[in-house]
Amino acid sequence: MTGPDHTSTQSPPGEKNYWLDDRQNVDKIFWVVIVVCVALMLVEPFYHKHPYFGIDGSFGFYGWFGFLACAGLVLVARALGRILGRREDYYRPGCDRGEDNG
Amino acid sequence: MLWGIPPGLLLILGALLVPLLPGAWRKAYMTILPLAGLWALAGAENGVFYSFTFFTYEIVPVRIDGLSLVFGYIFHIAAILSVVFAWHNDDTVEQMAGLAYAGSGIGAVFAGDLITLFIYWEAMAITSVFMIWARRSDAAYRAGMRYLIIQIGSGVLLLSGAILMAHQTGSVAFEKMTLGDLATWLILIAFGIKCAFPFLHNWLPDAYPEATATGTVFLSAFTTKCAVYVLARGFPGTELLIYVGAVMAAFPLFYAAIENDLRRVLAYSLNNQLGFMVVGVGIGSALAINGAAAHAFAHILYKTLLFMAMGAVLYRVGTVKASELGGLYKSMPFTTAFCIIGAASISTPLFAGYVGKSLTLSAAAKGEYDAIWLILMFASAGIFLVSGLKIVYFAFFGRDSGQRYREAPPNMLLGMGLTTLFCIAIGVYSPWLYSLLPYEVDYHPYTVDHVINQLQLLLFTALAFAILVRYGMFPRVKNTINLDFDITYRKWLPAAYRWGIGLTRDGWKSILQDLRNGVHRMVAYMFRHHGPEGILARTWPTGSMALWVALLLGGFLLIYYS
Repeated sequence: MTGPDHTSTQSPPGEKNYWLDDRQNVDKIFWVVIVVCVALMLVEPFYHKHPYFGIDGSFGFYGWFGFLACAGLVLVARALGRILGRREDYYRPGCDRGEDNG
Repeated sequence: MLWGIPPGLLLILGALLVPLLPGAWRKAYMTILPLAGLWALAGAENGVFYSFTFFTYEIVPVRIDGLSLVFGYIFHIAAILSVVFAWHNDDTVEQMAGLAYAGSGIGAVFAGDLITLFIYWEAMAITSVFMIWARRSDAAYRAGMRYLIIQIGSGVLLLSGAILMAHQTGSVAFEKMTLGDLATWLILIAFGIKCAFPFLHNWLPDAYPEATATGTVFLSAFTTKCAVYVLARGFPGTELLIYVGAVMAAFPLFYAAIENDLRRVLAYSLNNQLGFMVVGVGIGSALAINGAAAHAFAHILYKTLLFMAMGAVLYRVGTVKASELGGLYKSMPFTTAFCIIGAASISTPLFAGYVGKSLTLSAAAKGEYDAIWLILMFASAGIFLVSGLKIVYFAFFGRDSGQRYREAPPNMLLGMGLTTLFCIAIGVYSPWLYSLLPYEVDYHPYTVDHVINQLQLLLFTALAFAILVRYGMFPRVKNTINLDFDITYRKWLPAAYRWGIGLTRDGWKSILQDLRNGVHRMVAYMFRHHGPEGILARTWPTGSMALWVALLLGGFLLIYYS
């Protein structure tokens, strides 16, 4: 089984269309996130910080640190997944993990 | 104390009546019981109760003080919310186990001595495994068995430590300990197993995702937070815990990022949040212990909410594998909304997690633990990514799986709704939670810089997630599992055991073979010499032997009668 296509959010034909079904609206959300991030950086000079050490007082620390932390986390995890990933029946060949009821 | 029954025991004894009650009465009873317990606790005074002397040891079944109260309150609240979420479930075993498990957890946080603690500790293990077995699948049975062995093992270590300590000090009182001798190490490891310390953690992501849709909601609240409580009680200020906690806060995130089973993602992120609390306990200052307790309180609420949302998905869809979900917001809009609030409650201002977690982070910073603080910041960003954005995106948005399901049952929605109210109420009005904490709190989470910094952290996390997903760099969800430390006891040890058995069996076989050959050779040798054709058979003095025997018997008779 291949992974899902992250870009196809379409509803099946015959069903009402949702706002998010439109690819352009997904793009809008993406740009809104970017605009909010930029705005959060622009307010940096206008409030008083109480840094504990030194690095957390640097310009936009929480922004760039959060971004790098997550990008790093995901990219390292992706490499880790290649090493540690196994078929679902790895521990008991021929058996699924048994997810058929609640 | 309600009718003179200790907190915790009320739910355990109360669970025994569950099978006697029919349908709706049973549900009402199961909801009212923890409510009554909470009400009784709210009116309880600090102090020790029911203490008695057993041989020479003082047993204190109930000790109420600031630290045990805050855990007692949240455990009751979690029990009520979980029961409401499980109203639709008519499995008597699961209902009884759920109440008794919650009761054991509550009993454990009020235990004033190590023997009482041990009893509740094991009761928690035994009652909770039924929430896993109630899934009634082969995988759940096996995972439950592994879980039970590890949990019971933790209790055995605790008892060994308690006995050693009693031998050394003459007391089994459960007070602050100093790590040093074997007794305290045994007790710490026992606590560490239930707290899912690194390399002792596998039972958590192994077993919790195998439990029933409602069972995992119960499980997520009690065992691990009880472990945080006993660490805060027994080992506050133990520096080792700061580093253990930092590792716990960071490494499960990598697993959570690539895991396909979304309840397993939550289990790994639960492990990460325990790391924050363990760091708080390790720092040990009043602010840090307050932080661990406040975080545990908030964490139980939002983790319960997230497990509820995934439980609802499992109940309706039959799976929580990211690779088979997507677009569920169209058919389960309320569950989606509650899940989003659960994700926001992890650390967004105005939600529970923010007011809880801030205390621990502040304690780490004020204690001059620069590196630890950075790891915790990394973990704060990462947890929002994996436990918030990833869960919400892959279950409810993203690719549309094309499948349509019904919205979750009304009682599940009610359970999620009530939990949501708690998450928001605590976040909006922080003094309420702070007033429950064991030490005086002088902390204001809503300062301009703190709110802006937190929003920066979260929004840039969201930006990183959006970019990674948009450009196909986020790990694709696949039908795979990821090897963790449990490979040691699920694959390597059994293989080594089989190899050892094989070796022993072969060795034993060859020893037996040699023995048999030896006996054969000896018999053949004897036969050759003494057999009818043998060389010694030619001079058989049969007659003289009969004579000698007669003489000997006669001599014996004479001696006997003389």
